[in-house]
Amino acid sequence: MTLLSRYIWAAAGLSGFIIAWWLATVLTDLPAYILPSPGAAFAEIWEPSYNWGTHIWATTQEIFGGYLLAVIIGVALAVLFSWLPALNAALMPLLVLLNMVPKVAMAPLFIVWLGYGIVPNMVIAFTICFFPIMLTTYRGLQEVEPDLLNLVKSLKANRWQIFLKIQLPGSLPFLFSGMKVAAVLAVAGAIVGEFIASQKGLGYFLLAQQNALNTSAMMMALAFITMIGVALYGVVIALEYFFITRKGINQ
Amino acid sequence: MTEPFVRLVGVTKTFKVGSKEFLAVKDVTIDVEEGELVSIVGPSGCGKSTVLSILADLHEASGGTVDVGNPESPFTPGRDIGMVFQKALLLKWRNIVDNVMLPAEILGLPRKESRERALDLLEMVGLSKFATAYPQQLSGGMQQRASIARALVHNPKLILMDEPFGALDALTRERMNLELLRIWRESSKTILFVTHGIQEAVFLGSKVAVMTAGPARMAAHFPIDLPEPRTLDIKTTEKFGEYTREIYQLLGMH
Repeated sequence: MTLLSRYIWAAAGLSGFIIAWWLATVLTDLPAYILPSPGAAFAEIWEPSYNWGTHIWATTQEIFGGYLLAVIIGVALAVLFSWLPALNAALMPLLVLLNMVPKVAMAPLFIVWLGYGIVPNMVIAFTICFFPIMLTTYRGLQEVEPDLLNLVKSLKANRWQIFLKIQLPGSLPFLFSGMKVAAVLAVAGAIVGEFIASQKGLGYFLLAQQNALNTSAMMMALAFITMIGVALYGVVIALEYFFITRKGINQ
Repeated sequence: MTEPFVRLVGVTKTFKVGSKEFLAVKDVTIDVEEGELVSIVGPSGCGKSTVLSILADLHEASGGTVDVGNPESPFTPGRDIGMVFQKALLLKWRNIVDNVMLPAEILGLPRKESRERALDLLEMVGLSKFATAYPQQLSGGMQQRASIARALVHNPKLILMDEPFGALDALTRERMNLELLRIWRESSKTILFVTHGIQEAVFLGSKVAVMTAGPARMAAHFPIDLPEPRTLDIKTTEKFGEYTREIYQLLGMH
């Protein structure tokens, strides 16, 4: 199947979904607070009192901020662990244990520590993204062919050269697989944070509209959340294409 | 006559695992002249690779003497070693010419000149069209050619090859043998070629060292007196057969 026909089929699938939704509202007697029509949901964009811009911007900051933080700290820790086996031995079991704690359940604690606002939600998104990124990168850094190591050691390569020329670029496919998992999690993390305590953001907006049974606005909020997630995922895929896919590297 | 370029006398290597000592190889005695291609043949576990890793300064010999270089051609460890392994071990994220340049980068050689040299070497191994391709786009034989170019880019004096064609199909392997002989003649490098292919060892080497497993030791080494330059025709000669028969016997396979 060509790329173009794939796009056409994907567009057809999405249109089909929206048409089925619309048909469901036309052919049944479901009240609008249960299932508003796609048109009604879409029309909510023009409602100025919803302050879409503010909410979208808050949620975007939380998602992208928490995610970026997770990438930076996750990769840095993975590098430190691969350099310092003692640190790895001391901290890795602890981190694996912490990873077992449902991150969502830690959210109330972060609110207590950090108060309301964008920062605690960013931190929740961070904690939920951090583990997959750190663990996959650490594994990627370990995966070096022994003979490749022999080859560069026979040239008296120093540790820094081995790291920069062999280990770090070799770990990129692993890092990206972690980053793709984390991109989905980041959105969930930020929204959960907003559910628990916040005065801004699409998660906060969702709860507020739920109280008013304003289902069409909730649908539109969901659509915006999805779009932010898709944007983040798109950035990751684009980077992955540039560094990995374009070169025909498969994991 | 000048001194041999590589001289190994009674080289032994033991590894310590816990309190136990394991013998990796013993009795390795061989001279390699400068510009000579010498094969080391033997079964798995005979310590062939250990000999190479000692020469590459990755391990230290536990006994015997290891001498590389002579007054006319001094040897600098690190600078003067090129290695080729069974896997091409090309970096997937670098294109072919950047892969070939890796040793030059590690040694900090001038970038522009080493790039030119890398392109020349790619021409020599028949890959000039693929300089900007990525390794994944090349066949196994082509990847191995690139790794040979990589082993030559810093103009080392000694090339160590550890079963470089072991993973290739039989026909590609024969073709690569001919290619290697041509590259060897054109570059006039000293090459140590480790293999478990008896025919390959005789066909390539001006000398063959035979190693046995259990105990891992060098059983014999002798010159291979076959006409130069070698062509596939010599494989069907009486003399070629005699050499291979002798090696089979040394390995206890008769």
